Amino acid sequence: MPESTWSGATARTSADDHVAYGGFHAAIAQRRLLLPALHAVQDSVGWVSHGALNYISERIPVAPAEAYGVATFYDLIATEPLPRRVARVCDDIACVAAGRTKLITDLEAEIGPENTPNGEGMWVRSPCLGHCEKGSAAFIQRAGEQAITIAPVTANQIAAILDGEPTTMATPPVVASSFAGLARARAMGAEAVREEVVKSRIRGRGGAAFPAGIKWNGVADASGDTKYVVCNADESEPGTFKDRWLIEQDPFALIEGIAIAAYAVGATKAYIYIRGEYREAEILLTSALEVAGDAPGIEIEIRRGAGAYICGEETALFNSIEGFRGQPRQKPPFPTTSGLFGAPTLINNVETLVAIPGIVSDGGDAFARLGTEESTGLKLFCVSGAVTDPGVYQVEFGATTRELIDLAGGAQGEVRAVLSGGAAGSFLTEDQIDVPLTFEDGRDADISLGSGAIIVFNTEADMTAITYRIAEFFAHESCGLCVPCRVGTSLQLDIVGRICEGADTDADLYDLDNIGWVMRDASICGLGHTAANAVESALRIGLIGGKT
Amino acid sequence: MIETTLADPRLVEITLNGETALAHADATILDVCRAQDVDIPTMCFLETLTPFNSCRLCVVEVAGSRTLIPSCSRTVEVGMEITTESERVANTRRILYEMYASTVDLSLSDDDTRRWMAKYEVKPGRFGEYESHRKVKIQDDLYIRDYDKCVMCYRCVAACGTEAQNTFAIDVAGRGLSSTISTEFDVVLPDSACVYCGNCIGVCPTGALMFKSEYDMREAGSWDESRQTVTTTICSFCGVGCSLDLHVQDNRIVKVSSPLDHDVTDGHLCIKGRFGYAHIQEEAGRST
Ligand SMILES: Cc1cc2nc3c(=O)[nH]c(=O)nc-3n(C[C@H](O)[C@H](O)[C@H](O)COP(=O)(O)O)c2cc1C
Ligand code: SF4
Ligand code: SF4
Ligand code: SF4
Ligand code: FES
Repeated sequence: MPESTWSGATARTSADDHVAYGGFHAAIAQRRLLLPALHAVQDSVGWVSHGALNYISERIPVAPAEAYGVATFYDLIATEPLPRRVARVCDDIACVAAGRTKLITDLEAEIGPENTPNGEGMWVRSPCLGHCEKGSAAFIQRAGEQAITIAPVTANQIAAILDGEPTTMATPPVVASSFAGLARARAMGAEAVREEVVKSRIRGRGGAAFPAGIKWNGVADASGDTKYVVCNADESEPGTFKDRWLIEQDPFALIEGIAIAAYAVGATKAYIYIRGEYREAEILLTSALEVAGDAPGIEIEIRRGAGAYICGEETALFNSIEGFRGQPRQKPPFPTTSGLFGAPTLINNVETLVAIPGIVSDGGDAFARLGTEESTGLKLFCVSGAVTDPGVYQVEFGATTRELIDLAGGAQGEVRAVLSGGAAGSFLTEDQIDVPLTFEDGRDADISLGSGAIIVFNTEADMTAITYRIAEFFAHESCGLCVPCRVGTSLQLDIVGRICEGADTDADLYDLDNIGWVMRDASICGLGHTAANAVESALRIGLIGGKT
Repeated sequence: MIETTLADPRLVEITLNGETALAHADATILDVCRAQDVDIPTMCFLETLTPFNSCRLCVVEVAGSRTLIPSCSRTVEVGMEITTESERVANTRRILYEMYASTVDLSLSDDDTRRWMAKYEVKPGRFGEYESHRKVKIQDDLYIRDYDKCVMCYRCVAACGTEAQNTFAIDVAGRGLSSTISTEFDVVLPDSACVYCGNCIGVCPTGALMFKSEYDMREAGSWDESRQTVTTTICSFCGVGCSLDLHVQDNRIVKVSSPLDHDVTDGHLCIKGRFGYAHIQEEAGRST
């Protein structure tokens, strides 16, 4: 029988109060288990009660107030009783742009209003679930059963699952990979691998477009015995689904990219932080890791997000893994010297890492021959909304937005607006649609490539409602740490609301402008820096606020 | 700041408001400014705590940086060119104060906040007048929590946690504008881990956390700082030697603080030093 609850006893024993193996620091190090523990309770019971929280707090150990602070940070963890089954249904801009508003009205007719328990089920609206190319999407949490994500989904299906109909997710079997790129990397040596990455001039695909080679060398050169590689698969930017698509296509390519990165920078452990709603991709990755066994040469741990856009920001992501509230840290120090658990950390986006095996096999120069001087290689774009074939499109850097829309089978109906870069991006002007989507052209023409999302709206779309939804997204997702963003995103929402109703004043527009630049100039992280982009561009090109 | 030469490897040369200055390599921009008598507003920063970076009022311009830089948490670098007052900085700070004023009751905020708000001609109602919407938490006889006045500076969380008390009775709960300082599941303080050291009260800049004695007197209209004297003494409850500032009005101790720069306490106390005065007064009352 286990000696104490620390080693698995179900009831407290006298040893609980007297024996602490490993001491204080070992106990503190357990804190990284907090979010997985909250997930486990949420998954089995459907919410985290006071008793459950206290139990977790005691076992980890962490103060209950801190555990509560963490639990209440995430949308997917409930601290109040919820029905056993909760469907989170996407009503975000890419779905609306594609005309998929019927699902919501069907749900209202079939199940009843949002946020209202009906039997053991309930449905609520959700920010973009990242399945935009597949159709209407729902992420369904079920107490005692695995959460599932379904797209396309109908109101009937959702109603049946909420009623308890057993449903599992069909995931294709994974086929083992030879990891040829990894073998080649090991033959070349770590320094030579980094050299190829530098030569490739590949820039990060997660939004910030930082040259990967500089980061890799930074981590390799940083002092410290413990180093980490973290793959950012939190993909929560509305209209973005390329990382999910990549993992679903070939989870081994990502594992191989991570293994090469870990080898090249001398990492001791790797993490994949995957968005909590990406069920299929997560299951595939888990099976692929099992099939891969020791081949990657490094322990790779998958961590599930819990419904917080901000956790895609690299330092917030570290805090989330460490078991703290997913709030960003002030930089510097940068992750290369002080990242996860304070150790030098290489963090890259899924798409960046998936490109690595090719760079190693074919050479950095071959990669750099594609694209343009500053934007080398191939790039994935997520084209969604009112287009004939929404999907992920891979092009050589240099294609224009118009060309990408054509690749996606062209627009459906007459184009009213195009949003580039997701909610953090901006609505394009007629001229901007013909600007090549490269980092340098984007910078000159004031277009954010961001995550590579291109959402097309036709004249059927209600652009005031769309703009309001974007403002709502930021007010909902602001972590609340810094004042400009905590208050600014909410003031912005109020004012956009008035503009949408035609009830705005000149002072409102002036205030909106002021709020925008204070968020941009004084916020801690990229969420605040970009929160005004879409709203401002919508005003500028006259999508909303016809009065000016 | 130490006036010496650049030959000292611990020093770096920077430009502060157009003038060359020497600074310790591990000093923050704010440290340097304070040493040079360059005035900078702060709200979340406190000398004795690690910066939490939440208020952003201390922002300055640093040449080459796309955004403004929080001076409280950025260390100086060789050749850094810093501008502490400009139209850009002033406008930002003014709007930040206006954002606060629309979401928080600033009526009891510290003198420094009032001075800066006057300086920047802050219009408190610009983004809407603040409306009180939370009930004051009165859960014991020692102190009250009025989160209508909370600016979410995180100082109390830091003081209750790793920076002083290591009790972790409170933390931030929720996200965004609806986030708040809370115990687990908002349980009342006596049911939480709180040990009533009062260190959170000692660091709160806005009067959100307040001695019950002060709160009651304010409610009764009898709180009058002009009639108060502060007597410094050493706490007699144990042998540590904490310095106590006893705030006395009409011969009664109305609150107890400890100087931030005291090397034993850093401003922090325990329940005996902080609230033991009630006991003293009771004893005194009995003997007369
Ligand atoms: C609010 C916010 C959300 C972000 N979300 C993501 C994300 O979901 N995936 C991602 O790879 N990067 C995201 N980033 C960017 C990361 O902070 C980081 O730059 C990136 O993961 C680095 O990888 P890369 O260099 O390969 O692009 C986000 C940044 C911000 C400010
Ligand atoms: S900018 Fe917004 S999301 Fe980023 S730290 Fe500040 S409040 Fe949090
Ligand atoms: S009185 Fe002390 S223990 Fe209680 S909340 Fe404040 S700092 Fe924490
Ligand atoms: S209660 Fe006071 S110290 Fe705590 S966050 Fe609010 S204003 Fe700051
Ligand atoms: S004082 Fe520097 S951010 Fe608040």
